[in-house]
Amino acid sequence: MEEDIESKGGLPLIGDPAPEFEAVTTFGTLRLEDYRGSWLILFSHPADFTPVCTTEFIAFTEIYEELKKRNAELLGLSVDSVSSHIAWVRNIEEKLGIKIPFPIIADLNREVASKYGMIHPGESRTETVRCVFIIDPEGILRAMLYYPLTNGRNMDEILRLLDAMQTSDEHKVATPANWRPGDKVVVPPPNTQEMAEERMKEGYECVDWYLCKKDL
Amino acid sequence: MSCITPDGKLTESAKKILGATKDLTTPEEISKVTGIPLFRVRSSLRELGDAGLLEKIDGKFRRTVSGEEKLKG
Repeated sequence: MEEDIESKGGLPLIGDPAPEFEAVTTFGTLRLEDYRGSWLILFSHPADFTPVCTTEFIAFTEIYEELKKRNAELLGLSVDSVSSHIAWVRNIEEKLGIKIPFPIIADLNREVASKYGMIHPGESRTETVRCVFIIDPEGILRAMLYYPLTNGRNMDEILRLLDAMQTSDEHKVATPANWRPGDKVVVPPPNTQEMAEERMKEGYECVDWYLCKKDL
Repeated sequence: MSCITPDGKLTESAKKILGATKDLTTPEEISKVTGIPLFRVRSSLRELGDAGLLEKIDGKFRRTVSGEEKLKG
């Protein structure tokens, strides 16, 4: 059974429709389609009541309002039970005064984890690694991040990546390495010789025809 | 069940959602009126519909006679 679930998994691909699911969560039964029209950050953690995961849940809660400003929702997942999730979030509130504002999938049968390739047997055969899937309002998988069990995620990068993708969608541009909102963006490169010649006359800040930047 | 407790009572969020469906209403309008995130509204509408407390007509929702009675407690 375990082998079957894992072998049916595999990594989803950027640009494909995100795998559909219906799952029991701390907010009741949720489907991927419930998030249509908003961005979804689906993330997995190895286990409840563990130290790194607790720091991550605090950090995810800290960026939740910023995510909502960007029309994005959070949805956590681990292979623990919903009772375990409830006990953990109540413990975090009791001990740390932080109320977890987003639902967590109780993926006891690993159905969702398998569809999204969240279990990496070389790292752990029983826990999900630290995955982040960014799904757009049309349900398309737009970005994936994977971290090992030992290292917590960087919330700043998740926000930065979301900002970058939303900027690319809105303005039909790309963003350079380490881009931050307000920085210059990359003009998509020309794809004909004629366009390449014209590109140099278009007033952009160009290193050469294939690397031009502009302000938004 | 996120809308109906094991002893058959409506949760506070379910009461808000059911309370916003006197007339045919879209999930988006319910979310706006109640302040409940759209994903939760959609999930709750499904559950309340399965319980026979709501009916769906052309993508809009309205509480049934059973829903009305349940809301009154």
